[in-house]
Amino acid sequence: MVNITINNRKIAAREGETIMEAARRNNIYIPSLCWLDGVHSVGSCRICIVEVEGARTLQASCIVPVQDGMVIRTNTEKVRKARKLLYELILSDHPRECLSCARNQSCELQKLGEMINAEGDRFVGERSKTAIDDSSPSIIRDMSKCVLCRRCVTVCNEIQGIGVLNVQNRGFDTVIGPAPGLALDTVNCTYCGQCTTICPVGALQEKDSTEAVWNALFDKRKRVIVQTAPAVRAALGEEFGYEPGTLVTGKMVTALRELGFDDVFDTNFAADLTIIEEGSELLERLTAALSGKQAVLPMITSCSPGWIKYVEHTWPDELDHLSSCKSPHMMLGALTKSYYAQKLGIDPKDIFVVSVMPCTAKKFEITRPELANDGLPNVDAVLTTRELGRMIKEAGIDFESLEDSRFDSPMGASTGAADIFGTTGGVMEAALRTVYELVTGRELPFEDLHVKPIQGLGRIKTAELSIEDPLPEYSHFGGTILRIAVTSGLTGARELMEEVAAGSSPYHFIEVMGCPGGCISGGGQPRPVDDAIREKRLEAIYSEDEGKVLRKSHENPDIRKLYEEFLGSPLGHKSHELLHTHYVKRGIYNQLID
Amino acid sequence: MGGQSKTKACACKNISEQEKYNRIAEVIEEYRDKEGSLIQILHLAQGIYGCLPHELQQFIAERLEIPLSKVSGVVSFYSFFTTEPRGENIIRVCLGTACYVRGGKQIVDKLQEILGIEVGGTSKDRKFSLEVMRCIGACGLAPAMTINDKVYKQVNPDKLRSILDQY
Ligand code: SF4
Ligand code: SF4
Ligand code: SF4
Ligand code: FES
Repeated sequence: MVNITINNRKIAAREGETIMEAARRNNIYIPSLCWLDGVHSVGSCRICIVEVEGARTLQASCIVPVQDGMVIRTNTEKVRKARKLLYELILSDHPRECLSCARNQSCELQKLGEMINAEGDRFVGERSKTAIDDSSPSIIRDMSKCVLCRRCVTVCNEIQGIGVLNVQNRGFDTVIGPAPGLALDTVNCTYCGQCTTICPVGALQEKDSTEAVWNALFDKRKRVIVQTAPAVRAALGEEFGYEPGTLVTGKMVTALRELGFDDVFDTNFAADLTIIEEGSELLERLTAALSGKQAVLPMITSCSPGWIKYVEHTWPDELDHLSSCKSPHMMLGALTKSYYAQKLGIDPKDIFVVSVMPCTAKKFEITRPELANDGLPNVDAVLTTRELGRMIKEAGIDFESLEDSRFDSPMGASTGAADIFGTTGGVMEAALRTVYELVTGRELPFEDLHVKPIQGLGRIKTAELSIEDPLPEYSHFGGTILRIAVTSGLTGARELMEEVAAGSSPYHFIEVMGCPGGCISGGGQPRPVDDAIREKRLEAIYSEDEGKVLRKSHENPDIRKLYEEFLGSPLGHKSHELLHTHYVKRGIYNQLID
Repeated sequence: MGGQSKTKACACKNISEQEKYNRIAEVIEEYRDKEGSLIQILHLAQGIYGCLPHELQQFIAERLEIPLSKVSGVVSFYSFFTTEPRGENIIRVCLGTACYVRGGKQIVDKLQEILGIEVGGTSKDRKFSLEVMRCIGACGLAPAMTINDKVYKQVNPDKLRSILDQY
């Protein structure tokens, strides 16, 4: 315990914490810009300066640890003047295009200006860094708006372990990015978008797809079909001021209809389908391995396109470990332009499929040439949760007053197993609910069907499941201990892949999601996000699951119907053509390949 | 003297590209786990190769298993690293305090004008690269500069052309 005084208030601070942390815990708000609680404190902007008695200079409260007897003042004349000066200096090299900036009203630089009551332009100077990098299909970098807080550097290097973004050059020429002269699409950026969720300003953004979607909606000849990922309904509310963790499924569906989409389908339907296909694939691999045949294990999930791009860049020799299943929204897109087009009796060319996703990497995924059938991309546009929020506001829809409504048939019904795809551990749990029951004829032996050890925000989570008394047709599984691992975020993935590449991985099945926490905190989700918000979204996802009558993918009656009417059998010919894919070897630096 | 003072920017012009890379690979292995190794390695690599072009930075990043953007971040931060091949002859003008007050700055200006380059740049014919440095210990005879290993003292800006003509 350390005794300090802040603004004449005696405060019991914790050993080792910073002045900023002690202040926040005691509801004293020190303005800040670069600091990100629990993630990033490098002291680069110095907006958080305070006066400490006995110190010669003002101290950056986000990096200075408390000391016993410290007397701190956060709001003196000296502090206020210095803070305003610092703020104006930042502005002097900032474009101030707020009215046309995607971050208008959600910008931390604007909020800061409001809070410290900044005055006009005392400094008008030369502007640095203007180039916009729009080379990638997922992310736009506008370095003219960058305030050099370096949060993205921390996230890309330390949390994701990629290191595409670093500080280049120095002084006035300082810019955050890949090596000088390189664009994002020439390096190993995974397009995970984690950097876009923490950038305080409009410098890192998803690439806009709202224009393309509006155009499709206004095009009378197009049948425009939308689907929404499981994690969107657990976070979209935040764009309209709801508490994190509020489920807005019904209102979201209504809003999509009001926007003018012709059919509102649920990516969850395809998540159930993924479990059937991926579960069958796992059983096929395990059966082969148990009968001494060649089989690539562990099998690893393939529904997170940021993760897929990472493996392709970093572990090009291990691609056989990936499940061949397309990600759920791509499956649904493929079915929309085949199964559903047939039902409607229309030409798939006249269908425009929009996916609302918590993800920026999915914007890249839909451009992959291998994810097309009959020359048509499976999905035509991806909107992030944030973009959907923007469209609803733009259309003047009062979200809060909307009635609930339900997804459309035939690809709108889903089980609880599909809901949990939105969170780390969910795909694994959903797969186990089905695979275990298929093999043994009994329900997965966990309370409430939840595989507790693989839930939550832990980095790498593992479990074992022993298979006793299997059904006769699976007798070879008797006595097998199924070993599984789950990770989210790419540093955990790297650890697991090192074992895989070394041939020492003890697991049969691994789930990887590219973003820490899974899709609930994907690169396209509402800002801000921290672990408390992740936990709330996660709880929302589990409560959606528990509220469903059917909680196992193989019980979804519409999936059964889909196989009867159209697909035939899991892993059958049609499935292979429409629902499965292959992967591409990419070097660590895209620019070295070919 | 001639041969000595004509030490080329690239110390090993006579060895092949492959050999240079091999030497750099050895340097990387020797320094990889040491404190501050990246800067050391980049220094030595520039000594061997003459400069640190993009491909070489990539090679070093891969060998050290660190992101290219980290390597390029360091290279672009320090002015003594260069990404372009340097000239045959390296001119370094002293801008230590004594030289600065006694006309070092004018020498730099004049050289920039003659060569048509900025500090850190290389002339079109690749004959000269221009750099500045801190005190070289010739304060008594300031302003001073060096070309390769030869030191020129009490340099008169008007004499610069004739000095350069010797190369
Ligand atoms: S980043 Fe913020 S301050 Fe800058 S133009 Fe956009 S909204 Fe305005
Ligand atoms: S999208 Fe992901 S990998 Fe790419 S720069 Fe941002 S954090 Fe790094
Ligand atoms: S791009 Fe955004 S997060 Fe990165 S340093 Fe600039 S302002 Fe900060
Ligand atoms: S918030 Fe403390 S230095 Fe930026």
